[in-house]
Amino acid sequence: MAITSVKNLKEFSTSNDRFEGAHLLCPGCAHSMIVRELMNCTDDNLVISTNTGCLEVSTAVYPYTSWDTSWIHIGFENAATAAAGAEAMYKARKRKGTLKNPDAPVKFVAFGGDGSTYDIGFQWLSGAVERGHNFTYICLDNENYANTGGQRSSATPIGASTTTAPAGRVSYGEKRNKKDMLAIMAANGASYVAQVAPNKWKNMAQAFQKALSTDGPCYINAMSACTTEWKFDPKDTINISDLATDSLAFPLYEIINGTELNITYRPKNVLPVKDYLAAQGRFKHLFKPENAHVLEEWQKRVDEKWEYLQRREEARV
Amino acid sequence: MAEKIDLQEIEVWDGNYAAAQAMRQAQIDVVAAYPITPSTPIVEGYANFMADGYIDGEFVMVESEHAAMSGCVGAAAAGGRVATATSSQGFALMVEVLYQASGMRLPIVLNVANRALAAPLNVRGDHSDMYLGRDSGWVQIDAFNAQEVYDMNLCAFRVGEHHDIRLPVMVHQDGFVTSHTAQNVRPLSDDDAYKFIGEYKPMDELLDFSRPVTHGAQTEEDWHFEHKARQHKALMDARPVIESVFAEFEKVSGRKYKRVESYMIEDAEVIIVALGSTVESARLAAQQLRDEEGIKAGVVGPRVIRPFPFDAIRDALENCKAIGAMDRSCPGGALGMLFNEVSAAVYTTAKRPLVTNYIYGLGGRDLAIVDIKAIFRELKANADAGKITTQIQQFIGLRGPKLAFFETREGK
Ligand SMILES: Cc1ncc(C[n+]2csc(CCOP(=O)(O)OP(=O)(O)O)c2C)c(N)n1
Ligand code: SF4
Ligand SMILES: [Mg+2]
Repeated sequence: MAITSVKNLKEFSTSNDRFEGAHLLCPGCAHSMIVRELMNCTDDNLVISTNTGCLEVSTAVYPYTSWDTSWIHIGFENAATAAAGAEAMYKARKRKGTLKNPDAPVKFVAFGGDGSTYDIGFQWLSGAVERGHNFTYICLDNENYANTGGQRSSATPIGASTTTAPAGRVSYGEKRNKKDMLAIMAANGASYVAQVAPNKWKNMAQAFQKALSTDGPCYINAMSACTTEWKFDPKDTINISDLATDSLAFPLYEIINGTELNITYRPKNVLPVKDYLAAQGRFKHLFKPENAHVLEEWQKRVDEKWEYLQRREEARV
Repeated sequence: MAEKIDLQEIEVWDGNYAAAQAMRQAQIDVVAAYPITPSTPIVEGYANFMADGYIDGEFVMVESEHAAMSGCVGAAAAGGRVATATSSQGFALMVEVLYQASGMRLPIVLNVANRALAAPLNVRGDHSDMYLGRDSGWVQIDAFNAQEVYDMNLCAFRVGEHHDIRLPVMVHQDGFVTSHTAQNVRPLSDDDAYKFIGEYKPMDELLDFSRPVTHGAQTEEDWHFEHKARQHKALMDARPVIESVFAEFEKVSGRKYKRVESYMIEDAEVIIVALGSTVESARLAAQQLRDEEGIKAGVVGPRVIRPFPFDAIRDALENCKAIGAMDRSCPGGALGMLFNEVSAAVYTTAKRPLVTNYIYGLGGRDLAIVDIKAIFRELKANADAGKITTQIQQFIGLRGPKLAFFETREGK
């Protein structure tokens, strides 16, 4: 049963499972929630590629696999191109009539962490999107290189303490602002772009379904709370995610054909961003008096972004 | 079906066009490629065939060579015929994925028009890129001229796609000297070429949804060694497969190939071992020296570089007295690859011929027949003296004072 017809969480929990529960991701890791939901939101056959990172090292350690679907991993940076290559092969074989299941509907999906998406695999993703391959790229954005022990990436937000930009006596941690991958992908020619979060699971399923049913390349940035590197209790993954979406630290929106921007979730009560930051060890040092300006900067940036998104939505651009 | 081309019995093709024609005849499903001198015309030639309706498959012009090989890996895992081409810096950029392609046991044919590696930047031919690939787990086949580029391409698909082997295959040719020099080439007809290569038979493909497969799993200390050992075994097992493919190719083309190509070695006292177009120059030099000076010179050219033809090299060299191993790649503080591997092979013979190492032709520096004759004469002096009379490694064709390294026990 695909999630298309699923109405509530109870049904969701019994929906079909092409991503097996047996894997090595940390308890409370949001990666698995996102992957499972993607695989449950369609009945079509899936060819999935995955960049090196937590998801890959935790789900395909020989002689085991968690993937009850076609799956490929090559390296850290090239999952988009692996999907593109497989998609090209599908087209060629369909035309030549050499497919074993010629009529089976198939979707191509690539998963990458923020490290492999924002940083090392940026060029491969940009190329595959520009060429218009029919695939969906999903970035599992936990804002750091989690697999290798929590180094900074260009998705790491200001003030976060990571192992390569740690907070210390004279540093408040990350100095740079997070790169805007959604804007970049929209400008790169992606047919559909969205930011999603696993706590808003229906919203996420809708975005996945839109992406899978869109012709052409789609990019989805999925917030993926990382219990280990964000430093919160594994039972709190969804609570942290709620704080992220309701403080607008992770606003949920979509961009269709590079121009039409829609906000897809509007919190009823917008929380102060410090509530979100205070719940995670990676921002603990920001609550020292000397770092008060970083908290202010954070809130200012969140407000500005929300303003910007609303203006764009209103202007229909 | 793509349209066919009626080829002449003899075509005038350079090595690049010979490769592009063979790729067209192979009816490849996916070519993912990126241009670089001197292999660019392979990709351009293929693009022209595509534009004129002679190709049924997909042609994906990606944004880098790393992506070219990544796309080839994704496509090969999806169960069809795959090939591409590159040189030099592009080859270097691909290296990560070369290891992934062979480790994932995916047959992909890679045409390499050999070129120097920067720095300094240089577009001319040497074997630096070919040597960079030598531990990558690929079958490496060497073509000495345009005809062989064509023939070896047809054979490469057969070898790599053989279900006992399932390994990627490189077909090497010398940048410019082979890739850009028009020569007579006798092609097979489109039908005969495709009949020889055969239909692609997928195995563990991503697109068979009745049987989902996981490609590119992780292995740590518990299983990694076993996987790599099996991969090495598959490469070693490619030796008889290559021989039987060559034998079948002889039946359809009349052209005979061996894992090691020997020229006038039966009575040879001195033998040069070389790769690429140098093999042809050395043959000419050997013939002339025999005629002019009575030096019993011979030439050995490894047709297959990986799996290294240890047995065939040993058999070819064991009865001579002195060997010059010619390396066209900067050896980086060691003896050259051919020197080391040839020495290892002859070390297991009773008479252990003397082996010396010549570094030549870097960055496209020409190697003239007179230079090769001088090497043969030096080898002859070694053979007569019963010992190495020079330093073990010499750079030849270099400006300025002579450069030589690695002394014998006696300090020569
Ligand atoms: C070419 C290359 N460089 C570096 C690495 C080491 N490496 C593997 S995973 C990883 C970080 C992954 O981070 P991300 O993409 O954000 O995924 P996450 O683990 O956070 O889900 C790094 C640095 C590698 N495997 N390959
Ligand atoms: S380190 Fe973070 S991203 Fe990696 S498995 Fe653990 S919770 Fe998930
Ligand atoms: Mg990450």
